[in-house]
Amino acid sequence: MQQSQCTKWMTHGEAGLMLFFSMAAFVCAFAAAKALDAPFAFHASLAAVASGVASFAIMNRYLDRPASLPPEEINGKPNYNVGPIKCASFMAMFWGIAGFAVGLLIASQLAWPALNLDLPWTSFGRLRPLHTSAVIFAFGGNVLIATSFYVVQRTCRTRLVGDLAPWFVVLGYNFFILIAGTGYLLGVTQSKEYAEPEWYADLWLTIVWVVYLVVFVMTLVKRKEPHIFVANWFYLAFIVTIAVLHLGNNPALPVSVFGSKSYIAWGGVQDAMFQWWYGHNAVGFFLTAGFLAIMYYFIPKRAERPVYSYRLSIIHFWALIFLYIWAGPHHLHYTALPDWAQTLGMTFSIMLWMPSWGGMINGLMTLSGAWDKLRTDPVLRMLVVSVAFYGMSTFEGPMMSIKVVNSLSHYTDWTIGHVHSGALGWVGFVSFGALYCLIPWLWDRKGLYSLKLVNWHFWTASIGIVLYISAMWVSGILQGLMWRAYTSLGFLEYSFLETVEAMHPFYVIRAAGGALFLIGALIMAYNLWMTVRASEADVGTELALQAAE
Amino acid sequence: MSFWTRHQIFEKNSVILIAGILVVIAIGGLVEITPLFYLKSTIEVVDGVRPYTPLELAGRNIYVREGCYLCHSQMVRPLRDEVERYGHFSLAAESMYDHPFQWGSKRTGPDLARVGAKYSDEWHVTHLTNPRAIVPQSVMPGYPFLAQTEVDTAVVADNLKASRVVGVPYSDEQIRNAVTDLKAQADPDNVGTDAFAKRYPKAVIRNFDSKAGAPTEMDALVAYLQMLGTLVDFKLYNEKANLR
Repeated sequence: MQQSQCTKWMTHGEAGLMLFFSMAAFVCAFAAAKALDAPFAFHASLAAVASGVASFAIMNRYLDRPASLPPEEINGKPNYNVGPIKCASFMAMFWGIAGFAVGLLIASQLAWPALNLDLPWTSFGRLRPLHTSAVIFAFGGNVLIATSFYVVQRTCRTRLVGDLAPWFVVLGYNFFILIAGTGYLLGVTQSKEYAEPEWYADLWLTIVWVVYLVVFVMTLVKRKEPHIFVANWFYLAFIVTIAVLHLGNNPALPVSVFGSKSYIAWGGVQDAMFQWWYGHNAVGFFLTAGFLAIMYYFIPKRAERPVYSYRLSIIHFWALIFLYIWAGPHHLHYTALPDWAQTLGMTFSIMLWMPSWGGMINGLMTLSGAWDKLRTDPVLRMLVVSVAFYGMSTFEGPMMSIKVVNSLSHYTDWTIGHVHSGALGWVGFVSFGALYCLIPWLWDRKGLYSLKLVNWHFWTASIGIVLYISAMWVSGILQGLMWRAYTSLGFLEYSFLETVEAMHPFYVIRAAGGALFLIGALIMAYNLWMTVRASEADVGTELALQAAE
Repeated sequence: MSFWTRHQIFEKNSVILIAGILVVIAIGGLVEITPLFYLKSTIEVVDGVRPYTPLELAGRNIYVREGCYLCHSQMVRPLRDEVERYGHFSLAAESMYDHPFQWGSKRTGPDLARVGAKYSDEWHVTHLTNPRAIVPQSVMPGYPFLAQTEVDTAVVADNLKASRVVGVPYSDEQIRNAVTDLKAQADPDNVGTDAFAKRYPKAVIRNFDSKAGAPTEMDALVAYLQMLGTLVDFKLYNEKANLR
């Protein structure tokens, strides 16, 4: 591997990864040739091509780079690694718009079923996992990876561990998304909600996730600060727990190593419990702990105020992660899951209200003495409103986990409304706020291209959310009440079909809300693009002026 | 030393912090999940629940593939209106051979736990091909391609084998005859129907899509839908013995 200069050597990582990807390319090409079904052949071919490209890219990068790796410090200041963060931020915006667009499409399909087109790959059943995975794992996941890599470096005052490893995490994760998403369209799914990808995608994600954990922890270990900053506790809880949940929920036996179909190890009631232990904690640790970490870094930073209460953050951290894990059975109220498990799930879900609001209070009160900034800074407003939505949906959640409430709300659109007040209001807005902060920081720009456009985004998206969740509240409660309505003679008053018909206007309103949210995201993408571009143009004119002089 | 000073051990040591997180998140899951594997009362004692026939299993895999579970639950709750609308509430025993479970979480369409034998095969075929041909207000997608796609018989036996490894009690004989059983169930004139009926007592043998030729995905899916919720005879079911 020695090059012309005797001092330039491939690192162990470069050589090892190149070897790994070269071998992977052959193995995947072989698997594609032996494949038993078309989707598996397609995925194996994709993996073979991606491995080949990765191998080539590593070699190319090695040839182009100077003999020594980037230094840990320059002039006594940490030399932060921003490349992988830029990439993940870009992917977050890309997947966000894709995910919102698919959401709008499936919302429209429920209002106008002809949009299903009666083709396999455009029907609601295949597109719905594409929507949920694209927004949760692709958009949310890339935001989490980008911000965690940024925050851990800044708060530890040290460069991210590894040369290729952070790139492996970002690109490997996005390759997982590609496999998962195209799989859904081709009918490859294990039908476990929010854990639909089949066995080979799960295996790949496991590898990527372990590298993510190692990079994050090793960066913590070599920190220059005595304390681990509170945001990093939440990131760490998110990474560790998602690994545990992923392994617990997904053990499956492939029918053949050359086919996409597998059978999950768990069956019936145990599978249901494992699934919702996973499912609810994907909410608890992916969509809550990870994004609370964002709140703990970006709100204090943007408001230029310290975190409100250090002790509150300790209490609410441990209480939140302890209580969340128990909450899964509230997805299985009145089912064939034993009553004792349902009761435990309900009890802990109600208790969960407290640490959730502890986090909300800690986030909101950080604004103490800086509330006036809400008038002038739409980015901070977005971050703060996200925390308000967090407070709202973490009140609604415990309420819906009470069995009598759940008997009405379960199986209806109320659940969908609840999820979206959390997903659009909390996760969406806190991510948007973080990206609005992050992009100028990463590209060394003074500020955003336009705060006015942020304001437009804020209001368009807010109106969209209000339309969405209020439509779903009404349709959900209406449908729940219609299902259990009795006539004075003691007969069920409505056929199921009448309840479907009654939903139509609300499905139209919901789709309109989704459209507004998507338009907001498009405004954001334009604004961020111009932030990165416009200053380049400025730099360009400056250079041109210098040349003219 | 105050509580807050003691807590610094977590703040200053990433490995101890990870250990703390692992311990704290393990408790809830262990308490809620592990007893389900050893408490005998978790799954009721009932007669009649059997593994899916190869055709039904193929149909179930189509049900999974098309994401039907996203709009249809298979779980009747013990509430007055549900029991009157759908039938006896679902038992854990009825899904004990389900890998994965299909209880669902949303009813954009009605519950299907007991849809078996409620409608004719023809109704299902017409409805699956174009739901609005039968139910004008329906918002369900159409699945016309099912009737045009033959069931892939190459992996049928392997599907049974993999199911057995994860805990479904298929016999060697059932695995050996998987493909012939699959064809026999969809064709009443097939020579293998008697042997099939012996291996899967009370399973329905019909040409579900009423088309000649090899079983289609429509045959498989309708065969699956028509058996849902029909295995347990609730006239004979001992409610009291299984109270929990």
